[in-house]
Amino acid sequence: MGANGKLKVGMYWASSCGGCDISLLEIGPRLLDLIKVADVVFWPCAADFKYQDVAHYPDGYMHLCFYNGGIRNSEQEEVARLLRKKSQTLIAYGACAAEGGIPALANLKSRAEIYDVVYHTNPSLDNRDGVEPQPNVETPAGTLEIPTFYPGVLRLKDIVPVDYEIPGCPPQADRVWEAIQAVVTGAVPPRNAAVKVGCSGKTVCDDCALEKKLTKIKQFKRHHEFRPEPGWCLLEQGVLCMGPATRSGCGALCLKAGMRCEGCYGPPANAEDQGTSMVGALGALLDAQSEDRAQEMVAQIADPTGTFYRFSMSSSFMKAAQ
Amino acid sequence: MVDVATAREQPQATPTTWEPRIIGFLCYWCSYTGADSAGTARMKYPPNVDIIKVMCSGRIDPELITTAFANGADGVIVLGCHIGDCHYISGNHKTMVRMPLMRRILQDLGIEPERFRHEWVSAAEGEKFSKLVAEITEQVREIGPLNWPQLVYERGVGHGMDLKAWGE
Repeated sequence: MGANGKLKVGMYWASSCGGCDISLLEIGPRLLDLIKVADVVFWPCAADFKYQDVAHYPDGYMHLCFYNGGIRNSEQEEVARLLRKKSQTLIAYGACAAEGGIPALANLKSRAEIYDVVYHTNPSLDNRDGVEPQPNVETPAGTLEIPTFYPGVLRLKDIVPVDYEIPGCPPQADRVWEAIQAVVTGAVPPRNAAVKVGCSGKTVCDDCALEKKLTKIKQFKRHHEFRPEPGWCLLEQGVLCMGPATRSGCGALCLKAGMRCEGCYGPPANAEDQGTSMVGALGALLDAQSEDRAQEMVAQIADPTGTFYRFSMSSSFMKAAQ
Repeated sequence: MVDVATAREQPQATPTTWEPRIIGFLCYWCSYTGADSAGTARMKYPPNVDIIKVMCSGRIDPELITTAFANGADGVIVLGCHIGDCHYISGNHKTMVRMPLMRRILQDLGIEPERFRHEWVSAAEGEKFSKLVAEITEQVREIGPLNWPQLVYERGVGHGMDLKAWGE
């Protein structure tokens, strides 16, 4: 505890969209309960703290630190190492920090290909001089240094030991609150092991209220192509719902709103690789009587790799190393 | 999954010493018996396929295929009973859907299509098995070693990376 008997809490955003910071605010009035027992000592999104402030804290000063976003550049790696040193409990918050998230889909492309699109060939660009960011630039005032862009997106636990992970894009508010309570009261003991909290061991299908008629998929369809029958499992209707290969915890929110599950909570407890887990699930679900028909149906899937690994490329076994 | 530290310590495979290492998942009822019959008939085929016997090709979790590649296999073959011959009636119907999908995913991840093969081999097709093994071994030998753990290290996307190496 600090001098005033309060917990010290921090939050940092790395390679992420900012949605995780907003999702922490989504716990609503309970934030006031949190503030009663905790002081915010670092939160670049919400308050003006500098890295220097953190560097001057004694080691282990922060009781609880949420790190959201993956590691895309050298700044994020440096801050990850700094926060690990200054925090007693480091939590990978959200899909990007835990599994790589959407940014990790860029691992399917090389750094050169990414730069080419972002700085040269994108139609909305006006970069006639072909300028690319350089880590070091000489100016009359001295050398300017910006963070180095790494060739891939890494999870937080690839860089530093992580105590807990809260999956989700973004993590659902009630689960976050449960996780905070569990961590603060010490209900989830094993540390340093990236234990997943704020989620359950089941899959989204287990939580989904839509009716499973146990029919097989006749044809793959996308949301803009047809109007799904309400109340009936979307996967059985041919929409590529990631429910069978996704950890639950969200309460099947997207499905309640008529959208397919995109898989943001990452692989379920009994699997480590979400994409192959989905391939395994689909094997039993297609109404294909012949090999030719099976190949035809598989060809209807627009982008299997991007769909099945949408949030978990950094956690996949093969890690898109090429 | 990929142990980067070991990958780094292992000496780089050189063309003179390198032999393709192919993992074969064979179903017990047809393909494994087919491989057995190739042996009993004393057919000659390259020793490059490490056979893993599974009870049914429908039991081969696609995760096993990515695990094999991620841990350094140069190729993977998946063999099962012909459609209609499955001992468990519909086990290989699942394989028939999963493997074309895996082929697409592996291609997206950067695995050459020649490294992954999915065929039906019955208990009587020892000759087909020996030809298949000879064929894929030659194909993989032509493309050369894959060494995925090394690629993960070079690309800098693995666990426990020393990223200072990329701070150019």
